[in-house]
Amino acid sequence: MNKSKKIWAGLGVLAIAGGIAMLIAGGLSSNVVYFLTPSELRAELAERADEIVDQPLRLGGQVKPGSLTWDAEALDLRFVVADSLGEVPVRSTGAPPAMFKEGIGVVVEGRYTHEGVFESKNLMVKHSNEYEPPHGEKPEQMYESLIKSDG
Amino acid sequence: MGPRTVVEKTLGILALLSMMAGSYVGLRVVPADAAQGNVQRLMYVHGPAAWLAFLCFFIVFVMSVLYLIQRDERWDRVAASSAEIGVVFTVLTLLLGMMWGKATWGVFWTWDPRLTTTAILLAIYVGYGALRSFAEDEEKRARWSAIVGVIGFVNVPIVYMSVTWWRTLHQPPSSPRSVAPDILWTLMLNLAAFTLVFAYLMVRRIRLAKLEGELERRMAYNA
Repeated sequence: MNKSKKIWAGLGVLAIAGGIAMLIAGGLSSNVVYFLTPSELRAELAERADEIVDQPLRLGGQVKPGSLTWDAEALDLRFVVADSLGEVPVRSTGAPPAMFKEGIGVVVEGRYTHEGVFESKNLMVKHSNEYEPPHGEKPEQMYESLIKSDG
Repeated sequence: MGPRTVVEKTLGILALLSMMAGSYVGLRVVPADAAQGNVQRLMYVHGPAAWLAFLCFFIVFVMSVLYLIQRDERWDRVAASSAEIGVVFTVLTLLLGMMWGKATWGVFWTWDPRLTTTAILLAIYVGYGALRSFAEDEEKRARWSAIVGVIGFVNVPIVYMSVTWWRTLHQPPSSPRSVAPDILWTLMLNLAAFTLVFAYLMVRRIRLAKLEGELERRMAYNA
């Protein structure tokens, strides 16, 4: 092996070792938090508002039914992200993803401002692992009816 | 590398026919998911690609263990072939997932635990390939890559469990209880088709690896 090849091989091994180290340090621990829930954000704000306000973070929860307003001309979108224990008002600009609606799960990236509103820079919509054709029965019901028709 | 063997020809034809059947059923026969619309059909290629990537890296793991025990170069060849095909399926998984993500989530990419661990998965096996191409001594190459093939596999169950262990944007794994029967059977059909494509690529790649090994030895002998 010549020198440059040795360097490349070394870099390759380093990259692999680095990746695995990242996994062990970050990935395997239980405190990998991709987003805060509304109640967690509320608790954080109560505890250390000055460290949280205006800092980039992700907020994840359900779009509270009945909370959605959309000004199509100003492209101004307002809604409340909620979990069972807390609520956070969110403001977003621009058109939301096609699947966005009240009641759906979302993850928003942005900052919680001094005005008490979460300013979203990036609005992402979660979708479930449930798949069914339009107007079909729920999979559970389909299985039940299958079993019944067998018997 | 010479004409295709009977096994290769048979697998090639079966793979082609099943891919055609899977695509036809997936695109034209089965109705799309009510919530997502047609874009949900990406499931029929994204899911199988991911499963095949996992299978490939599992084979790398088993073959690497066998090599370390028996020091038989055949295991090394199978491991190397499987890793390469696994990288192809991982790239496919990521690209198809990005398309699906853009249409449903609204973004191509986000650093959630599922996507991040999958990116690391790709890095590990690209690194495995890089290591192989830079190690010239056959035995050292086989031994080093077997070690990486064993340690690197640790990440595979982490990728799979990431959506269960941590908060993610990616949805948790689908199950027969969460998927309507029509959609589930279409998924299984496409998984079978992808498996045949994998098998075809595998027998071809292993034969190529064998020829490469022979060539290497002849060149060493002549030098």
